Amino acid sequence: MALLELRNVSKIYHTGGEEIRALDDVSLELNNGEFISIIGPSGSGKSTLMHILGCLDLPTKGEVWLDGINISKASQRELARVRNRTIGFVFQSFNLLPKLSVLQNVELPMVYAGIGGSQRRERATAALNLVELGHRLKNRPNQLSGGQQQRVAIARALVNDPKIILADEPTGNLDTHTGEVILNLFRQLSIQGRTVILVTHNPEIAAVTPRRVEIRNGKVAERVDERLAGLHRQAAAAGMAAGLGVPG
Amino acid sequence: MTFLNAIIVGLKEIAANKFRSALTMLGIILGVSSLVAMFAMTQGLENGLREALVAVGGLQKIRVEAQPVPTEQRHLRDFATGVTLRDVYALQASASEVDVVSPEMRLDSSPVLSANGRTYRTFMTSGVWPVQVELMEHQVEHGRMFTEADDSDARNVCVIGTGIRDELFGRPEDTGNPVIPLGRTMNINGVPFTIIGMFEHYESEMDRKVRLAREAEAAAARAAGPQSGAKRDRGWRGGGRQGNFAFWIKNNTVYLPLNTMWMKMKSGQTNGPAEPRLSNMEIRIRDVEQMDRALTQVRNVLLVNHRGIEDFAFRTQEDWADQIQSSVRNARLSGGLIAGISLFVGGIGIMNIMLASISERIREIGIRKAVGAAGFDIFTQIVVESVTVAVVGGLLGLLCSRLVVWLISQVTPTDNEPVITLGAMAFAFAFSFLVGVLAGLFPAFKAARMSVIQALRYD
Ligand SMILES: Nc1ncnc2c1ncn2[C@@H]1O[C@H](COP(=O)(O)OP(=O)(O)OP(=O)(O)O)[C@@H](O)[C@H]1O
Ligand SMILES: [Mg+2]
Repeated sequence: MALLELRNVSKIYHTGGEEIRALDDVSLELNNGEFISIIGPSGSGKSTLMHILGCLDLPTKGEVWLDGINISKASQRELARVRNRTIGFVFQSFNLLPKLSVLQNVELPMVYAGIGGSQRRERATAALNLVELGHRLKNRPNQLSGGQQQRVAIARALVNDPKIILADEPTGNLDTHTGEVILNLFRQLSIQGRTVILVTHNPEIAAVTPRRVEIRNGKVAERVDERLAGLHRQAAAAGMAAGLGVPG
Repeated sequence: MTFLNAIIVGLKEIAANKFRSALTMLGIILGVSSLVAMFAMTQGLENGLREALVAVGGLQKIRVEAQPVPTEQRHLRDFATGVTLRDVYALQASASEVDVVSPEMRLDSSPVLSANGRTYRTFMTSGVWPVQVELMEHQVEHGRMFTEADDSDARNVCVIGTGIRDELFGRPEDTGNPVIPLGRTMNINGVPFTIIGMFEHYESEMDRKVRLAREAEAAAARAAGPQSGAKRDRGWRGGGRQGNFAFWIKNNTVYLPLNTMWMKMKSGQTNGPAEPRLSNMEIRIRDVEQMDRALTQVRNVLLVNHRGIEDFAFRTQEDWADQIQSSVRNARLSGGLIAGISLFVGGIGIMNIMLASISERIREIGIRKAVGAAGFDIFTQIVVESVTVAVVGGLLGLLCSRLVVWLISQVTPTDNEPVITLGAMAFAFAFSFLVGVLAGLFPAFKAARMSVIQALRYD
């Protein structure tokens, strides 16, 4: 059985009498340990899909099944628990708390998981070291660059050791080197048996993931656009793979 | 998230918005302090009134007064004896609920006292038994009360209050040394008496403080040198305040032995009856709870003596006590209402700020929920924040209430010193806590129900 399954999911917004189908009858199965990239033009509904996969939003129509639970019918309390323990979400716009320090931001999911202070600090520091931000623990988010904030958001997503990691354009704000580091991190996580789902505009990144899903106008495309997925540029893909090195 | 965590998050939020929190608290501070101050004022009022009640003998004291024969018994008028010593003896012998009986015989018209070259028309001079001192809660400070021997010999001795001393011999405040006219002769309506005792000076707690302060001032002024020029005397020294009136009357007491009053002041001058008629009797009953029973008993005993003629009446202090109770209750209600309104306004202030801070923090709430905060966690956080603001404000308000009470007593000095009671403090504090909870509930509910993406998209 699939870990995460969408069955005929639609998300419809009504704005000013106009109906916007951000997602239109999407069915998708994601299995445990998969490493997937989601590609598609801007405004096609990628973020909307991610929010629904991440249990942050409920579909207008259709069902979402996570680990055998019907998310559309789950209680608020269960949803909060799923968001806290099972899913790590990296937002396109970071969504860090401006009044808390970097360390406190990363500790936040553990606060709601009821983990004690010293362990919290330890794990948050480890997660920040992983994204190479161990030296900026006391800073406020607005004292960091966009890429650094992105990495804080990633550390926060990882810190509660979730089964599923959803990242909405995690490398969009990063330079090539840091982007590679982060991508490598996601790959490692995937190899550890976690399910990793990335949204990306970068064909080179899409080329790295074993599975690609393309969204077009709120629908899952039948055939993945080879140019978007970076598959036509074998050389580039090879170069990317070389840059990442052999995991292990 | 644990409760402790919610409290810490709430406290941090307050610290992060110091000015806003302070403004919010101000409402609670003012509300709590005015509530406590209001209760302190009414408590002071009550204390003052009760003090006066105790000064005249408390609730246990009943006065039996001679009355004209009632209309329906007019035809028996010639048999009416009035209140006499026989009644006193009868009550002592047969009324078990009666503890002490003290007869009193007053001069009919206001007597003229003269001594030391001055005269003073007082309003009351009574012939009594020594036991009257006990009954009226008098304290002889100088000399002694007259004894039963003085009474049976009908000696011309008297005991006076400090008010009489002030009029005839001068106030110690004015002369600068204690004036104790023991052994001096005082004429009452021309009949000479020796002053053998003087009561202590009676005053309310507040007056005592004022007087001591004034004495200290006067001592300083004397040290500075004599004043010249005409002095202005404003005459009335009683102060005219309700509570103090009782003390003023008490200070103007003149007591003679009952027999002296009868033999020297009455029988020789009037065509009265052969048997001494009393103006009234003061009775102290054993148990205030048994007031009705005691009154019935006294009435029955007296009716036997009076051949069924009801030419007497009772006067208890119950009316006064009731009046104290109701005026205190009114003061407390109206004051509490006003203070309660200001506390309520403070609560609305908290609620307003909480709602505003939530609109400001909808994204924050969205983020917290996205990383796993349950609705309950958000709810707790907001309520804790609001309660913390209210409770800290409440505590500061308790501190400020002392200041407010001091301020009020400076601006409008009363004869009743405000008393801050623990109960009032507890009440005001509990009220502020409640206001905090209520003010937090609605915003917390609103915040907790919001969906994550909806909140994150909010701008
Ligand atoms: N709250 C909303 N109300 C109305 N329309 C919305 C809302 N959220 C999203 N949409 C619409 O849904 C569509 C999909 O939006 P979405 O954010 O999922 O796009 P995206 O694929 O993530 O784009 P990008 O690559 O630019 O991030 C867009 O047309 C957007 O305007
Ligand atoms: Mg997007």
